[in-house]
Amino acid sequence: MTKTAARPPAEAIAVHPVQAPPPAGGRGRRRLADQARAYGFLLGGLVCFALFSWYPAIRAVVIAFQKYTPGSSPEWVGTANFTRVLHDPEFTAAWRNTLTFTLLALVIGFAIPFLLALVLNELRHAKAFFRVVVYLPVMIPPVVSALLWKWFYDPGAGLANEALRFAHLPTSNWSNGADTALVSLVIVATWANMGGTVLIYLAALQSIPGELYEAAELDGASLLQRVRHVTIPQTRFVILMLMLLQIIATMQVFTEPFVITGGGPENATVTVLYLIYKYAFLYNDFGGACALSVMLLVLLGAFSALYLRLTRSGEDEA
Amino acid sequence: MSTRTLVSPAALARPRGRAVYWTVFTAVVVLFAIAFLFPVYWMVTGAMKSPDEVAQTPPSLVPKQWHSTGYTDAWDLMQLPQHLWNTVVQATGAWLFQLVFCTAAAYALSKLKPAFGKVILGGILATLMVPAQALVVPKYLTVADLPLIHTSLLNDPLAIWLPAVANAFNLYLLKRFFDQIPRDVLEAAEIDGAGKLRTLWSIVLPMSRPVLGVVSIFALVAVWQDFLWPLMVFSDTGKQPISVALVQLSQNIQLTVLIAAMVIASIPMVALFLVFQRHIIAGISAGSTKG
Repeated sequence: MTKTAARPPAEAIAVHPVQAPPPAGGRGRRRLADQARAYGFLLGGLVCFALFSWYPAIRAVVIAFQKYTPGSSPEWVGTANFTRVLHDPEFTAAWRNTLTFTLLALVIGFAIPFLLALVLNELRHAKAFFRVVVYLPVMIPPVVSALLWKWFYDPGAGLANEALRFAHLPTSNWSNGADTALVSLVIVATWANMGGTVLIYLAALQSIPGELYEAAELDGASLLQRVRHVTIPQTRFVILMLMLLQIIATMQVFTEPFVITGGGPENATVTVLYLIYKYAFLYNDFGGACALSVMLLVLLGAFSALYLRLTRSGEDEA
Repeated sequence: MSTRTLVSPAALARPRGRAVYWTVFTAVVVLFAIAFLFPVYWMVTGAMKSPDEVAQTPPSLVPKQWHSTGYTDAWDLMQLPQHLWNTVVQATGAWLFQLVFCTAAAYALSKLKPAFGKVILGGILATLMVPAQALVVPKYLTVADLPLIHTSLLNDPLAIWLPAVANAFNLYLLKRFFDQIPRDVLEAAEIDGAGKLRTLWSIVLPMSRPVLGVVSIFALVAVWQDFLWPLMVFSDTGKQPISVALVQLSQNIQLTVLIAAMVIASIPMVALFLVFQRHIIAGISAGSTKG
């Protein structure tokens, strides 16, 4: 989330590119020693990236075309894993749920933080209090948030229905109803994660030059017009970035459905990542799990590439 | 010092503006109290109710009788000290491994000009495009049977520590920071006879305290909050971190005890946040306004 979270201290110091003095003698050996030293420093990191990033990425693609169970030698099966996974009734449910979850998260979880930041930016008192409190749920472990909301959603002694009764509204099944479960999970995820988004929006709002608002007001722009013609265009870049980040994050949702609903009721909350987990650890079908992983990888990789491209161009602008 | 925002100071100064301001202010305070503070209050006090009281409808706002047995039972029955200790070991190790290996690699890429350095950096940055969770299954298979040496890291904290090093984001953050340190400073150290390691230790690291702080917080929080990865690699109940243990134990335990365990599991990160909140919030805010 945070690109350059700290400011470089030495920015003010002018940089004079000084050429290294030419080595006196034994030039080749000297260079070789330098290289060896450089690679000595790189080694640990390089091994970890090779083992836990590059190799698994290649392996996901390879195993997607194999019959693979740990302990026995893999067998090439062509696209059989993909066809099997595609014909699984849970496949459609998982993708539909994941896409719905992402869409709902954009509708519910996207407007609220922006509006909240907009209001907070106007308040002149207790700023520190608001910032700390809005970020508090982010620091609560996701598992605890999920268990906490599971308890709130409880049809018996749950707080959610109690609040509805208090307001004389009809009660809901929340996470226990097939048609309400997914929305219930989106609410949990929004509650737990929006602190960071609010803080980023706040920072973006603060960087809008005040003269723009002044000029708009002199031209007779109303409050809503100022939001539309000044605030939103000025924060467009941040809005776009956060939207992409949120799509990437919500499409990998796992903890909430696993802890709160266990994928139920009636597969209403099985997500793609949950299905990957099931294929690997319930069905012991690692070929199927990797076929699903590759599909998720391709889709999300496109969003990530777009995100990185935009941040890069954003950096060049600045 | 406060700059002009959406609403002009003049509009706020008017009696009507002031009334609207204080209404909105109160509304936001109440909203924040209900939405963010109340759930925490509910959790902390819920654990102190009796099992009957916590299940009753309508629920009581304040426990009729304050019990501490929820907390003590959670501590003993759920073996929380063991799981908390596991989490501490996993998080601290991941933090140390990241600091040592990412810093060394970033230093090499930034200042030592290794051959193919650009290619390596490109390969590292490319992993940013791969969503982490989509790779957990092949990563699990790698950890279960390491290539060449054929050892399993399952149920070993190394399964958390080593993959934590492969964090392109933190490595890039460090590299970018090291890039800003002028060459003259390092060359001056070299002329004084300092080796590369000595230069890193005595010149680069002391200058990099802010970025090291940020990386440290990211590393600690990431491990403490993770769920799916430890769920996969720790099948041994005694080795599980608190997040996994909570879910595994949540089925067969009394509600008050579970809630108490949830509170205990949250304390370390919330405490860390309250202590370092200014730095954490500044870090998050600085990341957004690009540059």
